[in-house]
Amino acid sequence: MPIFSYLALPKEGAGETMRTELSALDYCQVIPADNQDVVVLVTDTPDATTEERLQKNLRRLPSLQSLSLTFGYDEKE
Amino acid sequence: MMKKNDKGDKQTMKLNRRQFIKQVAITSAFATAGSIFPGVSFADWSKLTNNSGVISWQKSPCRFCGTGCGLLIGVSDGKAVAVKGDPNCSVNKGLCCMKGYHSVQALYGEDRITKAKVRRDGVMVEVPIQEALDIIAQKLQETRDKHGKDSVAIYGSGQWTIPDGYVASKLFKGCLGTNNVEANARLCMSSAVTGFMTSFGIDEPMGCYEDIDHANVFITWGNNMAEMHPVLYSRILANRKRRSNVQIIDFATRHTRTSQAADKSIMFKPQSDLAVANAICYEIVKNGWVNSNFVNKHVSFHKGKTNIGYGTEDHFAFTDQEEGISFEDYKAFLEDYTPEKVEKISGVPATDIKYMAALYGDPSLKVTSFWCMGMNQHTRGTWINNLVYNIHLLVGKISTPGNSPFSLTGQPSACGTVREVGTLTHALPHGVVMNEHDRQMAAEIWDVPLSNIDPKPTYHTVEMFRALDRGDIKFIWIQVTNPMVTMPNLKRYREGALKEDRFVVVSDVYPTPTTDVADVILPAAMWIEQEGMYGNSERRTQHFSQIVDPPGEAMSDTWQIIEIAKRLGFEKQFPWSEKDYIEKIWEEYRRFHAGPKHEMAPYKVLNERSGVQWPFVNGKETRWRFNPQHDPACTNGKDFHFYGQKDDRAWIWARPYEPAAESPDNEYNFWLNTGRVIEHWHTGSMTRRVPVLHNAVPSSYVEIHPEDAAELGVVNGEKVKIISRRGEITMPAQINGRGVPVRGMVFVPFFDESYLINEVTLDAFCPISKQPDYKKCAVRLEKA
Ligand code: SF4
Repeated sequence: MPIFSYLALPKEGAGETMRTELSALDYCQVIPADNQDVVVLVTDTPDATTEERLQKNLRRLPSLQSLSLTFGYDEKE
Repeated sequence: MMKKNDKGDKQTMKLNRRQFIKQVAITSAFATAGSIFPGVSFADWSKLTNNSGVISWQKSPCRFCGTGCGLLIGVSDGKAVAVKGDPNCSVNKGLCCMKGYHSVQALYGEDRITKAKVRRDGVMVEVPIQEALDIIAQKLQETRDKHGKDSVAIYGSGQWTIPDGYVASKLFKGCLGTNNVEANARLCMSSAVTGFMTSFGIDEPMGCYEDIDHANVFITWGNNMAEMHPVLYSRILANRKRRSNVQIIDFATRHTRTSQAADKSIMFKPQSDLAVANAICYEIVKNGWVNSNFVNKHVSFHKGKTNIGYGTEDHFAFTDQEEGISFEDYKAFLEDYTPEKVEKISGVPATDIKYMAALYGDPSLKVTSFWCMGMNQHTRGTWINNLVYNIHLLVGKISTPGNSPFSLTGQPSACGTVREVGTLTHALPHGVVMNEHDRQMAAEIWDVPLSNIDPKPTYHTVEMFRALDRGDIKFIWIQVTNPMVTMPNLKRYREGALKEDRFVVVSDVYPTPTTDVADVILPAAMWIEQEGMYGNSERRTQHFSQIVDPPGEAMSDTWQIIEIAKRLGFEKQFPWSEKDYIEKIWEEYRRFHAGPKHEMAPYKVLNERSGVQWPFVNGKETRWRFNPQHDPACTNGKDFHFYGQKDDRAWIWARPYEPAAESPDNEYNFWLNTGRVIEHWHTGSMTRRVPVLHNAVPSSYVEIHPEDAAELGVVNGEKVKIISRRGEITMPAQINGRGVPVRGMVFVPFFDESYLINEVTLDAFCPISKQPDYKKCAVRLEKA
């Protein structure tokens, strides 16, 4: 049951799109900064398979420049 | 046996635990964002309160540094689960550093001390706290009866709340009649106090953090603000970004994150800041940049004793002798400090000295100087404080927005509890024990006979632990601090504390090397598990309510002292009930500061606001002291009033350069400098229990200049032995890490109890302030 937090940075000019795309993904919570083009992304998935799927989806997002991990926690059942 | 609803409870617990972890994940991300994008704000986060399970937010100052950021603590199911910066607090306007964001996790380390323990036959055994308090009271009484009133002592810190320090002083000085009251803040800011007292006759900064929004030039004197006061440094950087005419000069002995962000970084040889400050004054005088109008009206010139010693021997005593001098005498004194001569002492190019002087001297620029431990932990700490004031006074850049010589503090209530309450051997909540009027005031407010208050100070901190070693002190109660990590020349003091007939009581929240030497350990309530007040670097008193319950039998330090006072028969002086003792104590304490120079806000006002700056007169806070436009205590009808000194002027001091107590030589050829890192608070006893902070910097290391490391044949991470005349320690090398010392110097952070660097440091101190110099002693290095 992993929980991760990241700083997500958009590609040039794609801030709004990135926020929308991230918010549309399941298991994702998005907290945008109000004075910088950076977003805190928190993921909370029920199991390893879902986590893997989410990771894949995140990697495919065209608006995303980079995703830096700031916190990781994996509670084994 | 499993109860019927255990499963449901378990699920709820699990849910709350996940919510808690999610809050931690969010705060970690905020902290990282804050360090990458200074000034970044996540105001929308408040909307989360509806779906995160957080049910209430309550204000509190941060537990950690003297910046005094206002926090909002998110509480869910009686547990503090989240932190955000308080947008209503003018200190940080919603920002926090990584320590602040993670601060609530420090409440929940697995090894919190929740029960009292007593040493029986060499083994610590748990006892009910009331029994432990009985033992302490009995032992204190016995020791006093057998060895006299000055055989017992209390040692606290700038992490004491204001009520903690107040009741400690009232019990020991007022009731027990001993001036054996000291605090760890002696080790971090007493030179700032003596600097203020000698230059202005009154303690604490004339300016405030708003100076940052007005100054054009920031000069940091041996002060790594980017790591030690990160929120303030972010505010400086934000100002530089917003305004075109702002620059930062880093004047230091080591390249740090502050240097990286500065516009110019100037390195000087340890101790030579004294010479450089005088050279800046020389240049100001020589180039006609003195603000004569200001100096003629508001300044007088003085000198004191020279060759004043270093205090390395027991019973060292020193009293300065002030003598008035003329401006011409002062000018003649400065002749020894031409930039060219000082270049030889300091290694600072004469052109850089002239450049700094020109910044101070340019009447169109507002200049703020910041300093903290670099200037205060100095065997001439009082002098270097005087010398930086000299610069500001010569050009009249003081007590107006943006023009500020600003001494920062390290601990959350170094100002509030130690300097304002006066928890040092010579001090009282108002004034000093040597002054009869001040003793009378204390005796009256405390309701004790005047004869109870001894007019003679006893031991400053280093001498207090020497007295414990010698056996002059037999009983010591240590609260909220960790001297068995922080005392310089530590080995002597640890062995002293462990001697057969010494009795050591330690109140703390986690096991530390200090609880290791204790005969009784009391479980203490931490921070928001109790009500209290702190006082930050800018004269701001900050109240916090009890927000969560303390664990087990943990009790506030204030109430522990009250319990002992009652057992010793002082019910009359400590009549308060647990319900409202903090309010009652505050209102009693406030009487000491009545009057426009130091008036404190009433309890009700403190309770409502995110901090209030004193003097608080007629409902108004004071931003800039000594300036009649802001300060109600100014009465001389002039544009400034330096009312602290007897001549109503600020004092410029002729203070020479004198070498450090111990400098590198052929045998011990490196300087050792010690200090802190952004992730860890003080000795790390709290922050090392916060996983994110601990993992960021899990252990200490020795920073070495890459060329020195190459000569030694050491690469990053390899072990190095650091040897001084007092001890040795082996630890991993860090080369080209976040800090890079100059050649010939090594730097070691002191937060890690598994590397006790203070076994190597020297217990030399400033003879005036008695503050030790943790920044300079001589060591040699060996590849381990
Ligand atoms: S540690 Fe200091 S700078 Fe960081 S949040 Fe706390 S008070 Fe502010």
